[in-house]
This record gives sequence, structure tokens and C-alpha cells, in this order.
Amino acid sequence: MSEPVIKCQSVYKIFGANAERMLKEANGNVDAKTFQENGCIVGVNNASFEVSKGEMLVVMGLSGSGKSTLLRCISRLTDATGGKIFIEGQDLLNLNNKELIDLRRNKMGMVFQSFALLPHKTVLENIAFPLQIKGIKTEDSINKAMDMVKLVGLDGRENYFPRELSGGQQQRVGIARSLAVEPDIWFLDEPFSALDPLIRKEMQDEFLRLQEKLQKTIMFITHDFDEALKLADRIAIMKDGIIEQLDTPANIVLNPATEYVRKFTEEVPREKVLLIKDVMDEITSDDMGDIKVSKDEIIENVAEKILTQEKTVAVIDSKNNIVGSINPAKIINTVFGGRKNNH
Amino acid sequence: MELLKKYPKLFQWLFLLAVFFALCFAIDVPETYKFIRGQAEFVKDPNQSAFVFLGKEVRYYAFDVFWRLPPLLGWLPIWINDSLFFLMNDWMPMEFWNEDTQEYKTRPLVLQITRNLTAFMTFLIELIREILLGGLETIVAFTSWDWIDANPWAELPGLPWTIVAAGSAILAYKLGGKGLALYALLSMTYISIFGQWKPSMQTLSFILVAAPLSFIFGLGLGVAAYKSKRVEKALYPILLVMQTMPQYAVLVPALVLFGVGDHAAVIITMIVAVPPMILLTLLGLRAVPPEVIEAGRMSGCSNWQLMSKVLIPTARRDILIGVNQVIMVCFSMAVISAFIGAKGLGFNLLLALNQLNIGLALEAGLCISLIAILLDKMSLAWANKQVDYFGNLNFFQRNKNSLFFGIIVIIGILLAYFGSIYFKDGYNYLFEVPHNKGISTADFWNKGVDWIFDTFFVYIKAFNTWLIVDVLQPMRALYLRMPAVATLVLVVGAGYLIGGVRSALVVCGLTLFIALSPWWDRALVTTYMATFGVLVSCTIGFTVGTLCFQNKHSTNFMLNVCDIFQTFPSFVYLIPVMMLFGITDTSVLIAVIVYATIPATRYTIEGLRSVPAGLHDAATMSGVTKFQRLFKIEFPLAFPHMMLGLNQTIVFALFMVIIGAFIGTEDLGQYILKALSDKKGAGIGLTLGICVAFIGLIFDNLIRTWVGQRKKHLGID
Repeated sequence: MSEPVIKCQSVYKIFGANAERMLKEANGNVDAKTFQENGCIVGVNNASFEVSKGEMLVVMGLSGSGKSTLLRCISRLTDATGGKIFIEGQDLLNLNNKELIDLRRNKMGMVFQSFALLPHKTVLENIAFPLQIKGIKTEDSINKAMDMVKLVGLDGRENYFPRELSGGQQQRVGIARSLAVEPDIWFLDEPFSALDPLIRKEMQDEFLRLQEKLQKTIMFITHDFDEALKLADRIAIMKDGIIEQLDTPANIVLNPATEYVRKFTEEVPREKVLLIKDVMDEITSDDMGDIKVSKDEIIENVAEKILTQEKTVAVIDSKNNIVGSINPAKIINTVFGGRKNNH
Repeated sequence: MELLKKYPKLFQWLFLLAVFFALCFAIDVPETYKFIRGQAEFVKDPNQSAFVFLGKEVRYYAFDVFWRLPPLLGWLPIWINDSLFFLMNDWMPMEFWNEDTQEYKTRPLVLQITRNLTAFMTFLIELIREILLGGLETIVAFTSWDWIDANPWAELPGLPWTIVAAGSAILAYKLGGKGLALYALLSMTYISIFGQWKPSMQTLSFILVAAPLSFIFGLGLGVAAYKSKRVEKALYPILLVMQTMPQYAVLVPALVLFGVGDHAAVIITMIVAVPPMILLTLLGLRAVPPEVIEAGRMSGCSNWQLMSKVLIPTARRDILIGVNQVIMVCFSMAVISAFIGAKGLGFNLLLALNQLNIGLALEAGLCISLIAILLDKMSLAWANKQVDYFGNLNFFQRNKNSLFFGIIVIIGILLAYFGSIYFKDGYNYLFEVPHNKGISTADFWNKGVDWIFDTFFVYIKAFNTWLIVDVLQPMRALYLRMPAVATLVLVVGAGYLIGGVRSALVVCGLTLFIALSPWWDRALVTTYMATFGVLVSCTIGFTVGTLCFQNKHSTNFMLNVCDIFQTFPSFVYLIPVMMLFGITDTSVLIAVIVYATIPATRYTIEGLRSVPAGLHDAATMSGVTKFQRLFKIEFPLAFPHMMLGLNQTIVFALFMVIIGAFIGTEDLGQYILKALSDKKGAGIGLTLGICVAFIGLIFDNLIRTWVGQRKKHLGID
């Protein structure tokens, strides 16, 4: 695999007057309590991970867990106190101001929880803003912005002001603005948290549709575990600045690493999250029926089909090769068994 | 003992008061003491002692130090004066090329700078003045008098009043719609018909120069303070003092540096008008949501782009509120600057008041008020106006206002031209109504005043005598009877009880400055007048505010009234009181009361209104009566905000007391007025201004500290 797009090595962010000195003295062993007694607050504590091209990493945590701080370190809206961050191999913390601006103008886009639109500009002007900042001619930038307007389905409202739009529409503008420069890396900081539940669901679907089309490298911040499960390729769960677990949704549901993570997974309906491939068995020599299921199906969608069978069902991949098997008992066990154990 | 534990603060306060009174009774009035120990500058008395500082003799009366502290700071005004004169006349003499005499001339650097600055200001003012009224100076500035003599046609013609009036109506329409346009048209027409056109335009041209310059400097400094903590820290004390410094006192040093006239007034106006602009710029920039800034940064903005394209446009409203403040300050300075020879309405007003021609004063005052309201409403409308989208309008729709104005200009010029034919022999009324040829109502008002005097003289006099003899004189005597040490103990003790050591030290420093200056007695008189004004104002304001709050319509009505009254320059308030009460302390105090009641009322209403609706409902559902709700819920919660109102009331009262010197008081203000006409008054004027500012700041510090704690305690922001 090629070089990861985002790579963090032991990133620390500590707020406070003499944070740097304290971090040095702690020697890689940062304890939030001792820091707090000395007037420092630990935002991000020893975060190491990689995000590869086209992957969506969702960082999930409750408020105050340091997830937004982590994102701001990686976009360098705030400077990390310690550690190293590489963006496509470039050492982010060593960039000078000009290089940083260049990076943001061409490679990064960001969406904010409160939309952060400029109140004095129309939808179109807001979307064209990053292009004009880059110095692109007005006409070209407006044309490009108009494409973006269509992409997020706001045609006909391009000359409205943000104050005239609903929350969902405003966030569409925010998304369009962050995509206008065609960035490779897309940061989303709780983009749907300020929206009503129904609108939120609609926007999530819209977001998945967009990502299907655009295949960006994404860091997505949320405090909603269901949202994380729905969207993520991988999820990082944070608590008090520490990444508790970083894994695929299925693994997190099946094997929560800590008690804290387990609490989140308890109420999750597994059949809605897990795929067949997550629970399937090896290929067996048992007699298999005629019915085959794809390994990438969500259990819920094929459960009925499998449960009506008495025999073991073959699992196939996209090329119709048999890659495993699953029997009805396993499905029942997965859906009901896991939960019983937890209670 | 129970009580002591339950109310520890109360007993601390009682103890403080006990100490204060004990000191008052313990320290006797020295026999040689008589009110207003003369300052060395004004009185020379063989009983005075003297000390020498920086080669200057500072004279003072030697009293018991417990009674009055020695004027150890007496050298300060002299020193300021000498430094100023040294700077102006002797420091860094350099060779400068003189255009007129075509030779090099030796001149001190500062003098040269200030002279160039004033020349530049004069040019700007004359330029705008001549666009509005016509004249020669601008062309002369580019050519010479000889050239003008040779070319008699070369003269800026000035705009006919019809164009200016219609133009302002169009601008008002664009900013605030039909109502404002109608108001603009009517008030401008009134000004013209009643013969106040020329002074009004002079005042307006003054504002048109002072306001934009103040805006630019204020915005620049505000941005600098936003970007750098150090700049902010450096500016902070200046901003604080300027907020409580009477505008009047700043005029005095300006006289020395810049001379007499409009140019000096413009420069000094900028010094007064820039601080509120800085504050509001800072406030606006601070209020920009952090995510908007981050969005700008992530869009790849450089620092400059972030400021000009993201921060300032997002803070637009606050910044434009700042512009509104700047305009209003400029306007009130334009009036007060009459004292240092600025032309315009203020000058006419001053003249009329000096001649006791109440009718004329009233006319000028009315014009001042009309323009003040117009400027205020227009700039506020601008601030509240939201940007609109113009992209899909055609050329005519987009430029209809400019086009319309173009047509108005042509019509106006044609009218003026026909006017010159029609009014061949006399004045061209369609061009400009001369100052004394308009309709005048002065006689009417003068007769009215006479009638009031004839009819109510007995009652007014009786009221006057009662107030002065039975209320004011005793109060004054009480204030003057306070030994300086007792006052110091009281103030510092209050500081300690309210805000701990820090507050105590600040307040102590401020009080000591006044006590050690040669004007402690005068400061006491200022304080007594302000106290009286504040007490009455607060009583009226809190009562009226509470009553009005009971009904939504009356609330809005009262707030509007406050808005309008607040736009009037303080000087205007002197007219009606002089009309009714003549030249007495009563007049000053009534003006103080009227002026200071505005913030008291406003903050009462606003405070009551800020009580959360949820609490209101919760209280109603627990079955409280109206009175219970008022006293148990609304007052306690609104009280911190009302105290801020008290703070404003004090500042307003102090300003008015100082301006009252014009009618005749014997406090600090009177000395400032004296300093204005004294060649060596700069240092004295400035020191006196600082004294007044410090009186304000003492209360400001105590009240703000208390409010801050109280708000924290109540959990309101």
C-alpha cells in the first residue's frame, strides 16, 4: 500500500502556560490529573494513527473528549504540543506560513458544526470564497461554485443569503464550500450535529452518495455512535484525549477493547451493523443449499432468507466464488446471543 | 452574635461608617481654613506657603494634613505646561522651507508638525464647506490670491439648499426607507426656511471631516488591539480615562498645540471620538464566531485576507454601531468646540446664551437636535441594514438612487438659476436663505420666556430659594466639612469591602491624585453637585422605568424617548433650564437631573427586560402577585444591570456638572472654563480633566467590581 495520506505519531495537545516543558518532563507518560493540578489541560494524549487514501476515519467521542482538538491539530488550526503529523509525507508542523496556506488552498477542505458561513455573502459567493482567496478569476470561480451548488442540490437558491436558509441548506453550502477547491483531504467537524434528526439522516445519506462519487480521504468527527457506525470505514473512539480503540465498526461492536467502548456497543442492534463476512465461518464440507448470500450484505437484509433454510448457506464474494459459510444458528446467536451476554 | 454571623458584610460596612464619622468629628476645621484655597495660579495670598519644584514656585495653604492633604501635585500642571511650551517652541529647531517667503526658516519640529497638520485639516474642512456653501479658499490653496484676483470666475459655487435637502432625503430613503426620508426632507427644509442653513452646513462640514478620520483611526487601532495583546494593554487605560473625561477638558491642551478654530476642534474631536470606535471594533471582532475564523483559515486566507474579507465584514454591524457613536460624539464636540472658536450652530448657540437671548438659543438648539436625530437615525439604519443581492438587477434598478440624485442636482441648479432671475434685487431664496433673513421665532420665544417670568416669577423664585437655602447649601457644607483623611478612609474601605485589596489600591490611587492636587475643595463641590443630581435622577429613573415596564407599549415608548434625548449634545440641555430658572445653581442641577435620568431610566427598563421569560412564567405559576414578582424575582435579578445604569448616570451627571460651569458654578468645571481663556491653562485644564475623570473612575471601579461579583453569584452573564 502506498503512503498514508494522514499519519500521526504520538500527537499531544496540552493547553496551559508551560505545557511544553511539562510534556518534556513527563517523558511520554502523560497523566491528565497531574497536569491539571499544574494548571494544564490535556486535549489530545498520545494519538497515533494513519488514514489511507479514500478512507473515511470517524473520530467519535463525547464532548470534551478531545476529538475536535485532534482534528484542529491535523488541520493545524492549532499547533500540536508534541508529536509528528505527516500529510502526504509532508511534515505538517514544519511548514512555514506560506506553505501552510498553500496546503489549505489546494489540499484541504473543512466543514463546521455551526456552518460558519460568511453572513455578508450569498450562497454562491460563499462557495466561491476559497477560490477567490486563491486568486482565481471571478468568472471562473463563479462557474465552479455553480457546479458545486448543483452537486449539493441547491440550484435555484444560489443568490440567497445564509440567513434565508434552513440549517440543512446552510450545511449544504458549507459542504459545497469545502469541496470547491477539490481538496484531497476532507475534514468534517460534527457537520450534522446541529440539525434535526430527520434532516440529519437525509444529510448522512447525501453525504454517503457524495463520498461514493468523490472518494476523498476523510476525517469525520461526531459524538453520535450510530452516525459513526453508519458512515465509517474505521472508527476511533476517544475519551479524555486518549484513543480508546481504533478499528472497523464490526470489530468495535464484536470486540470492544475497553469497558468504555462496550457501553456504547451495548444498545447497538448488531444485525444492522454487522455484515455477513464479519460473522461467517470457514468453508465447510457440509451440504450447502442452493441459496447463496453475498459477504458484503448487512445481516438484517438477508437474515430472513438464511433463517428459513435448514442447511448451511454458502457465502460468496462479488465474483461468485464461495468464500465461506453461515448457518442459521449463527445468525440467531449473533442477533440475540451477544446481547444476552452483555446484560 | 447571631446577627454578626448572618450578615458579616453589613457589620463591616457599619464599622467603616463608624470610623468615617469618628474621623469627621475628631478632626476640627482649622481656623485659617476658608473655602476654595486659591491655587497659586490665580490667587496670591501672604498666608500661603510655597515650595519649589523644577524651578517653579508652587504655593499652597498649610493646613493640618488630616484636614486637607498638602497639594504635593501642584507642580504637575505647571510641569505639563512648561513641557508643552518647550515642545512647541524650543525642542528640535529645524530648517523648513517656507513657500510664501521663499526662504528657509528655523522652526521647532513639533510646531512645524502641528502647523502642517492644522493646515491640512483646514484645507479638508474648507473643501467640504465650500462644496456645501461655496467659497474661494480651496482654489486659493492650489493657486494663489493673485491668481484669484486675475480670474474672478474661479470660485466654488456651493450647492443650493434644495439639492442638499433632497440629497439627504434620498440617502435617508436608501438607508432607512420612506419615514426617514420624509424626516430628512422636513428637517432640512425647516433649517433652511428658518435661516439656519449656513451655520448648519458649517457644523455638518465639520462632522464630515472629523467622523471619517476618527473612523479610520479607530478601526485601525481597534484592529491593532485585536491582533496584539500588548497594544490592547497599552490602549486600555487611555480608553478608560477618555470614557469618563469631560469632553470639555480636552479642549484646553488643544488650544496650545493647534490654536483656535475649526482645525483644532477637528483634531481634538478625533481624540475624543476614536476611543468608542476602538472599543466597538474590538467588541465586534471578538464576537466573530471562532468557527467562522477557522473556516476562513481553512479556505487558505492570509492574515490580511482574513481581516479584510472575513473578520471585518462579519463584524460589520458592531463596527457600524461604532460609526454611529463616532458621528454622535463628533456632533456633540462640534457644538462644544464653539469654545475654541469652531464655527457653526454651536457658536451661534454659545453667542445667544452669552447674550441671554433665549429665543435665538432655542432656534439654534432646535436645529442641533434635528440634525442630531437625523444623523443618529441614519447611521443606525445603516448599521441595521442587511446587504442585499444586486446581481440580477438591471443598470437602472441598481443605480436608481444615483440617477435620481443626478436629476435632483439638475433641477436644483435650474431652480437656483430661475431664483436668481426672480429674486433679482434681494437674496436668492432658492439658493440659500441667509442667516438673518429666514423666518425667525426668536421673538416669540423671548416673549414666552418673559411671560413665564412675569407670571411664575414668585413661584420659581420661591422654589429656587428653598432648594438653595434648605437643600443645596447644607449638603455642600456637609461635603466640605469632610476631612480629607476621613474621605480617603471611607473610599478605600469601600474599595476593600467590595473588591478586596486590588480595588482598594486602585481607588486609593485615584483618590490620592485628586487629594494631592490643589483642587480638592473644588472636587468636593463637583462631587456634591453630581451626588445630588444622581440621587434625584436615579429615584426618577428607577421609578419611571419600573412603571413603564408594566406595559409593552409604554416600555417601547420610553426607550424611544431615551434614544432621542440621548442624541442631543449635552450643551443643548442648558437652554430650557436657563429659560426657566435663569443663572443659578438650580439651573445646572436641573439640567444634570434631566440629562442623567436618561441612562437611569434606560438601564432600569433594560435590566427588567433581561429577566428570563422562563423565570417570569415559573414565578407566575407559583402564584405570585404582581408586586411579589417585582420585588422577589425581577428586582434582584435586574439589579446588577440597574447598577450599571447608576454608573452611566454618574458619568452623565459629572459631564453635565462640568458643562454647567458655563452657567456659573464654583467647582472644577469653572476652573476648566477659566483655563480655556488662560494662555497658560493647558496643564491646569488637563489636570482638572483628569481629576474629573478620576472621580468617575472611582465609582466606575467600585460599581463594576460589585456588579461582576453579583452577576457571578446569580449565574447571569
